[in-house]
Amino acid sequence: MSVTPFKLPIIPHLKKQAFISFYERGLRADGRSIHSHRNVTIKTGVLDKAEGSAHVSLGNTQVLVGVKVDVGQPFRDTPNQGVLVVHAENVPLASPIFEPGPPDENAIELARVIDRSLREVKAVDLESLVIRAGEKVWNLWVDVYVLDHDGNLFDASMLATMAALATTKLPDYEETETGEIVLKRDVKSKPLKINYKVVSVTIAKIGNYLVVDPTFEEEVISDYRLVLSFDENLRVVGAQKTGGGGMKISEFREALKIGRSTAQSYFKALEQALATQVS
Amino acid sequence: MSKARVRLIDENGLRHDGRKPDELRPIRMQVGVLANATGSAIVEYGKTKVLAAVYGPREPFQKYMVLPDRAILRVRYHMAPFSTSERKSPAPSRREIELSKVIREALEDIVLLSEYPRTVIDVFIEVLQADGGTRVAGVTAASLALADAGIPMKGLVAGVAVGKVEGVLVLDVDELEDSMGEADMPVAGAPDLGLITLFQLNGVLTEEEVEKGLSMAWSAIERIVAMEKEVLKRKYESVEEV
Repeated sequence: MSVTPFKLPIIPHLKKQAFISFYERGLRADGRSIHSHRNVTIKTGVLDKAEGSAHVSLGNTQVLVGVKVDVGQPFRDTPNQGVLVVHAENVPLASPIFEPGPPDENAIELARVIDRSLREVKAVDLESLVIRAGEKVWNLWVDVYVLDHDGNLFDASMLATMAALATTKLPDYEETETGEIVLKRDVKSKPLKINYKVVSVTIAKIGNYLVVDPTFEEEVISDYRLVLSFDENLRVVGAQKTGGGGMKISEFREALKIGRSTAQSYFKALEQALATQVS
Repeated sequence: MSKARVRLIDENGLRHDGRKPDELRPIRMQVGVLANATGSAIVEYGKTKVLAAVYGPREPFQKYMVLPDRAILRVRYHMAPFSTSERKSPAPSRREIELSKVIREALEDIVLLSEYPRTVIDVFIEVLQADGGTRVAGVTAASLALADAGIPMKGLVAGVAVGKVEGVLVLDVDELEDSMGEADMPVAGAPDLGLITLFQLNGVLTEEEVEKGLSMAWSAIERIVAMEKEVLKRKYESVEEV
């Protein structure tokens, strides 16, 4: 059952007018312009045990993603594809509003929006993950770990997921006489095949303004957020309105435009991080 | 999906069930169908059949679960185990948890919650038969049930899903089109307020297709809200004097 949030902080609401007076001048409380995102830092290969990993900072928001792989059975309706599973945890150490326990609706929504944005565009080449069709395929487990929540978990998690997948290497394996697959986890050689890279751009409606990459305080006072996912060709590969407010069609059109230009900036940060990884 | 080859769009540009790309399935609605609920409605989009009930405004069972200035809205979207081809486990899935959230958010800004501080309004949505578009039919049913409960709203809400099959944008996708199509874009909103209150996209579309799909959905939502108004009016027209 989904319940109106009733434990969110009050303080941001007291700052709302001050925030809006900044927006009137095209600025934010932290000095950014309303259409720019915070500084992005992407580090890949931050964990040795995971087959792929990335740490992303977006301002004060920090997200860690680990990709684990193993061998399993394919789904019956997709015998010629590997399996991709995205899971997100709002770890309680990340924010006073997070509680220990199974993922709540926000964590589930985060994971599912990332999953959908990757799945339909075939961002990961799942068909290259077949060991024996219908019997043995690679499973990819993407676990999104929110470490510090200062808003916009969608964009930070999407960047971290993409960076982790793009640097994932599958371990070598041996096939026994009985057909069992034995992984050699210490030898990782085969890079995961990525068809398209994807980023998401979150735009919040606050007062009469559309602002890119909201902080936590901005999220609390926003009417709604629109998450738009783009591939490198700037096709729309996923979208989700989140938050209780209504969206005008004119706002949606404007958000699409803002989203496209922000996506290019995120792609630049992602490409830079992936280029330094190789060297 | 390795089903038998089904042409989703035939040589005349018609869909597998004979509809035109911008044609809705037959829609049926009825309000006041449950005796216990404060308000209720049943909505059918073709074979999709969704029941919604509203309880409240009432005091919450858990007394801490209140806000001082408005009512809290609780929404549960749930699929009956017999609603799908393969039996669905009655335990709430991750999908149902997410859809409960987006449906709640489709109603939050529409219901005048500030009229009922320190109370809770419950909206229960049960999918009785799923043939595509269950979340948007759920929003339509919830809107009718809230109105039937006499809870003040800024406007009526309705939903519809636009899809893309064989490169063509189609209105009100059914299960076959959803499972074999290239994109599914559920939209809900309140046309009298000019507000989109639910928007999701699963699939790949160009910016132009997103805009065209949204305007197809929007004009359908206007038509569905007009039907909602008729159904609500009819309920009171049929009251006889004694």
